Amino acid sequence: MRDFTRKIIEDKVGLVGLIGVLLVVLLAIFAPIIAPYAPDKMHTLHTMEGPSSQFLFGTDEFGRDIFSRVVYGAQVSLQVGLIAVGIGAFFGLLFGLLAGFFQGKIDQFIMRIMDIFFAFPDILLALTIVAVLGPSLTNTMIAIGIVFTPVFTRLIRSAVLTVKENEYITNAEAVGVSNTKIIVKHIAPNVMAPFIVQITLALSGAILTEAGLSFLGLGVQPPDPSWGVMLNESRSYMEIAPWMMAFPVTAIIITIFCFNLLGDSLRDLLDPKLKQ
Amino acid sequence: MSNQPVVLEVKNLKKHFPIKGGVFKTTQGYVKAVDGISFSIKENETFSIVGESGCGKSTAGRTILRLLEPTEGEVWFNGENLYDIKKRAFRKKRKDFQLIFQDPYSSLNPRMTVQELLVEPLLTHDLCSKKEAIEKAKEMVDRVGLSEKHLSRFPHEFSGGQRQRISIARALIVHPKLVILDEAVSALDVSVQSQILNLLIDLQEEFELTYIFISHDLNVVKHLSDRVGVMYLGQMMELAKTDDLYKEPLHPYTKALLSAIPNLSTTEKKERIILQGDVPDPSNPPSGCPFRLRCPAAHDRCVTENPVFQEVKNDHWVACHLYDEK
Repeated sequence: MRDFTRKIIEDKVGLVGLIGVLLVVLLAIFAPIIAPYAPDKMHTLHTMEGPSSQFLFGTDEFGRDIFSRVVYGAQVSLQVGLIAVGIGAFFGLLFGLLAGFFQGKIDQFIMRIMDIFFAFPDILLALTIVAVLGPSLTNTMIAIGIVFTPVFTRLIRSAVLTVKENEYITNAEAVGVSNTKIIVKHIAPNVMAPFIVQITLALSGAILTEAGLSFLGLGVQPPDPSWGVMLNESRSYMEIAPWMMAFPVTAIIITIFCFNLLGDSLRDLLDPKLKQ
Repeated sequence: MSNQPVVLEVKNLKKHFPIKGGVFKTTQGYVKAVDGISFSIKENETFSIVGESGCGKSTAGRTILRLLEPTEGEVWFNGENLYDIKKRAFRKKRKDFQLIFQDPYSSLNPRMTVQELLVEPLLTHDLCSKKEAIEKAKEMVDRVGLSEKHLSRFPHEFSGGQRQRISIARALIVHPKLVILDEAVSALDVSVQSQILNLLIDLQEEFELTYIFISHDLNVVKHLSDRVGVMYLGQMMELAKTDDLYKEPLHPYTKALLSAIPNLSTTEKKERIILQGDVPDPSNPPSGCPFRLRCPAAHDRCVTENPVFQEVKNDHWVACHLYDEK
């Protein structure tokens, strides 16, 4: 672990990603302290004002402080990202382990269902699920979780197939270890490296998908401050109040960028072929 | 040794792997990895199976332990046919049979410490409490020539020979009756090989073990075993006591194998029998005797008829038409 920390510090790109991700996390946790105003507080005398010392990022058409809303938006993004990816990762791990370990009919059944999900573009599938469940923060998370399940399933399945080739699996079987224990103790710990990398990369995907869904009006509902919602609201005033759009977009870009940098760096670090 | 009771009896064991192909994944043939072998093993005996790579010796070992389901045949152990036991119930029986693998680098889970590796078999079979298991693990590492401080380490911190010691400790900690050593020393340096072999011999005496030793190294086999079976293309060609087999091989294949052992002696010059060609494709074996294509003594009968595995001398079995009673 100490070795790992040292490596990620040596890898400058990964370090930038890690710091960026940590900043977003801190922003979300300390939002009530950092943000000067409540995200839905309306300053009716200051509608659509440009950035100033009082309103760092300007105000929107209701006079709400954009800086405060961007800060609180980080909460929504991270929450959606973590829970949605959590759902996808959990079911993906479960299905992937089952499909990879038992193969045969179970594998066929799971993977054909996943193929159906794979046939749709991410955002379209998420849209359909939200449309069926009804737009809300919870349903957005569920929808994104479902969208990510096949990605994790396929990844874990192929990792399990590789791990199963090792003789220590046959060894455990020869010792008399039960299938459940073989999966939990011998296979799962050995597929963690690709799993962790995929989680970091999926986090950025989930944040982006949430912003997309919210922009289309099927994700987080106003007046909750989500970066996607803010983009949607800024649409009509793009020419007269460009700051309304510029700051949430910047927040999205920087966050996604940092998560991807971290993910790429982790992939290099955890790749067993690059070890030693 | 010959008066000992029989512990394991293998009767007509077959393992055929289907070859799937075509659009609909239909079975298009079979690889006959093990094609009807029979032998019995006495208590505390070391029985070796030798043969070239691909002759089915490892498959035979794994099928006996039901790590692969047999196509046909019976394995009798303590008056029970192992293949009649339900899969779930058989898992409990595994305590009596252990397998030691060839490659010590891939046969130990890299994410488990030595202690976890050693405790797992004991706890799997509910043989003792966790505390006792740790005590036993300590005794066991000591017994195989490692020390207690190694218990908290991971497999990648050890050399090949040390890893094989860990494998041995893991297999023997449950006090099995039968241990199958699948090329257990083939991946090791020669100096380490002899250490591990001596350890295995000591442990056999101490734990009263019966070994099935699967190997292609004829020198090691000669040193270690009581009886030897020679396999070729999934079939047993010859089976005899080690001394008989090495002094007086009967089957042309055994003769060729033995003549290929490097010999440093200058006084006795051996004539080498060089076999022509490769082992035939096991999915498409030759008619009659499997060895006939490479056999210097092949004749008409070998083409049409597969020779019967028969006892031609006291405890010396061979499958060859040269020894048919006419």
